[in-house]
Amino acid sequence: MQQIQSLSLNNLPSIWVEALSSQLIAEENVLAWLEIDLDTQLHFATSLVVVTNKRVLTKMASDEIWQEWRYQKDLLLTQRDYAGVGCLELFDAHARLAYWRYRLGNDIAVSRLIACFTQQRDYYLTGKLPVAEYTQIQCPNCTAFLSSEQEECPVCDKQSHAPPSTWTLLRLWRFAKPYKGRLLIGFLLTLCSTAATLVPPYLTMPLMDNVLIPYQNGQPINTDLVTLYLSGLLVAAVLAWMLGWARTYMLALVSERIGADLRTTTYEHLLSLSQEYFGGKRTGDLMARIGAETDRINLFISLHLLDFATDVIMIVMTAAILISINPWLALVTLVPLPIIAWLIHLVRDRLRIGFEKVDRIWAEVNNVLADTIPGIRVVKAFAQEKREAARFHAANQRNLQINDRVNRIWSLFTPTVTLLTEVGLLVVWVFGIWQISKDEITVGVLTAFLAYIGRFYMRLDTMSRIVSVTQKAAAGTKRIFDILDHVSSVPESSNPVHLSAIQGQIELRNVGFRYGTRSITRDINLVIKPGEMIGLVGHSGSGKSTLVNLICRFYDVTEGMILIDGHDIRSLPIAEYRKHIGLVLQEPFLFYGTIAENIAYGKPDATRSEIVSAARAAHAHEFILRLPHGYDSLVGERGQALSGGERQRISIARALLIDPRILILDEATSSVDTTTEKDIQKALDNLVLGRTTIAIAHRLSTLREASRLIVLDRGRIVEIGNHAELMAREGYYYRLYLAQARNVDTEDRAIVSVTEHSAAGERI
Amino acid sequence: MSGADGYQLNRNSYGRLVFTDRSGLMQEGVVPVRSFPITDPDQGIALINSHGRELLWIERLADLPEDYRALIESELASREFMPEIKRVLKVSSFITPNTWQVETDRGESTFILKGEEDIRRLTASSLMITDSYGIHFLIRDRLALDRHSRKLLDHFL
Repeated sequence: MQQIQSLSLNNLPSIWVEALSSQLIAEENVLAWLEIDLDTQLHFATSLVVVTNKRVLTKMASDEIWQEWRYQKDLLLTQRDYAGVGCLELFDAHARLAYWRYRLGNDIAVSRLIACFTQQRDYYLTGKLPVAEYTQIQCPNCTAFLSSEQEECPVCDKQSHAPPSTWTLLRLWRFAKPYKGRLLIGFLLTLCSTAATLVPPYLTMPLMDNVLIPYQNGQPINTDLVTLYLSGLLVAAVLAWMLGWARTYMLALVSERIGADLRTTTYEHLLSLSQEYFGGKRTGDLMARIGAETDRINLFISLHLLDFATDVIMIVMTAAILISINPWLALVTLVPLPIIAWLIHLVRDRLRIGFEKVDRIWAEVNNVLADTIPGIRVVKAFAQEKREAARFHAANQRNLQINDRVNRIWSLFTPTVTLLTEVGLLVVWVFGIWQISKDEITVGVLTAFLAYIGRFYMRLDTMSRIVSVTQKAAAGTKRIFDILDHVSSVPESSNPVHLSAIQGQIELRNVGFRYGTRSITRDINLVIKPGEMIGLVGHSGSGKSTLVNLICRFYDVTEGMILIDGHDIRSLPIAEYRKHIGLVLQEPFLFYGTIAENIAYGKPDATRSEIVSAARAAHAHEFILRLPHGYDSLVGERGQALSGGERQRISIARALLIDPRILILDEATSSVDTTTEKDIQKALDNLVLGRTTIAIAHRLSTLREASRLIVLDRGRIVEIGNHAELMAREGYYYRLYLAQARNVDTEDRAIVSVTEHSAAGERI
Repeated sequence: MSGADGYQLNRNSYGRLVFTDRSGLMQEGVVPVRSFPITDPDQGIALINSHGRELLWIERLADLPEDYRALIESELASREFMPEIKRVLKVSSFITPNTWQVETDRGESTFILKGEEDIRRLTASSLMITDSYGIHFLIRDRLALDRHSRKLLDHFL
């Protein structure tokens, strides 16, 4: 009887295990459970819902009693959600027995709970268990159950909102690895150049003790010695200059390459991700990640990390030199160092928060601008210039306020560092003079110490910056790796089937698609013959676009399969498969470039005559010739302004040129006016010829050519047939058609029904 | 129950609100919706049927007969979920995404803040924080919070 693997209680949070195991009766197995984080009054409180092979059990954390419902006929468990809160309800034939509210987090667990419940209830009623359709895989992290198509756990994916740890930076090693030889050279150069900069202070010691002090005591200046020391100083300076140049150049070279690799890899990976990923992300955010974040990481490596490394090396070397000269004085010199460093860090931290605030307030000021300038026509039309100016003034005022507050600390910062430095030097002076008075050190030694220490007190400031800079770089790295770690939800088949030519038969077998828990389409069965044109009809949200996206494999089906000439599309190489599909969208997108380039986008090696004949077939040739530079006119952003209809015809030419077997028209004519639509329609007639075509249109009149219309409602096919059949049936399509016709002027039904905006169709 | 304007409203055994209009047409699963949930919750409440059509407009809740008001208020209470933050107890890190531990009018809870941009200024002193699942947490008056909460919150403003 234990057909489904019974869920071990190990996964259950420990507080429930004991309470639950005492409840279980003989031969009872827990199949699914859900921890619920709200009570029915929507207060935060935990409770548990358990589905076993005998019954449904539930208990509030604060209650002592378990409630139970045994399986019976008409027992139903359903789920709905509203504004981030889910509601799980248990019904029998007469009433609602219980309900639970929860924050939408673990969608998968809810679906699983319901699936288990339904299965067990049916088993109770019929004694039969449905054949397991696919084996369940458990996510290794959170034990959520995955459907066979998901290679990554959606639950974990959502929960990966942990703050970025500094260790993420180590992952950059993957990109640094190819350059490890050059990195090593860079490191050695850093060592040498740092050592070279430490020579001059060291030379002040003998210069003082062997030349200047003896001279003050009446001895003549030893010219040879002076020449020796001074040339030493010069050589050290020149050496430090050369090594410093080589080091900086070498490391900048490497870091620039790491940054470039990072950028290209991220972008390439991004392009391979499915439509689903792009759907959930803001364009600006993705652009910022690839542009600004990689640049920040780059800067971090080439500047901050390098400086920090140099500083550390310098401090270690200086400490070694100082100790070798005089351990006691070295101790006194170095002890205040950590304290000062800590103090600087403290002030910096304050400042950082302040600067972040300034950043955010800047964004706010920018937002006001970004709001107003594109909408300037509206602002002027409603004569609201004064109000917009006041809004800007307010944002600016806030900006001032915050800046004033930051500046109060900021202006304190540099003097404080100087003060701390002076105090540190003072300590060295005091102890040094005392030691000189005891004849333990010479004046030269004290001078050398002062020269050394002055140098790295200055560096403490830059060093204190490393903490915040590292945090920022770590955050940036995490964001980059967020993209890189994302596995495409439309995976490439491991042993792909290559089809050189296809007939164009599309078969949808029990196709279902879920987005999160929301089931968008279910049980779609449809065979489209090669060369057939079908129209998808239904109001918005009925699943038309989803179906098209599934056929294009922008998403993968969650249930069932889609077959092209009898091959599952998941077994075909994605790029090769999409070459067979021509897509004409509602809002045609033109890239910046010439018209010819845009037409040849899907086939960059097309000849000029091919481009022209495609444009002719798309009825675009004539208007292109009217443009000042013909086919060489620049279009797209910053380019020649084209009307919606003209852009659409270019995109039709684009689809014609690749000569696809399958053609998808997604609302190709709904954003243009009637006359333009007629032009486009003529172009489309050429395009459709002999190809398997799937067309979506709100205006039903545009689908008269279709041999069959598929009427969709709430993700299911409700009617199939041609226009006349469906009208005769007086069903769903009939009502849809009438509702559109009702808005139509009686005198010219055909034309006006076309101009009528899609809104009418949408609202039925 | 019988209504003043010829309509009827009651709750059936499935826990759904049922609206019966003057002509006796019954609609199950109607929901009350506030027009201004944040700025003026009691002004303008609409009854919407399961297809999203407006059935009834209630200018003010107080205008309704007592029993209907109770019914609508209970339905609203079970739909509205905008916990009001009373205290911020802990923030896991000052770098987003981070986890917030808060005390709300609906008990203690934690949520994940994805980025500072999810904290929206409603007025000068009230804020709305949207968590990673899209649930809104309200801070009615941030200046009225205790010192510790204000300090934590201040990092993100």
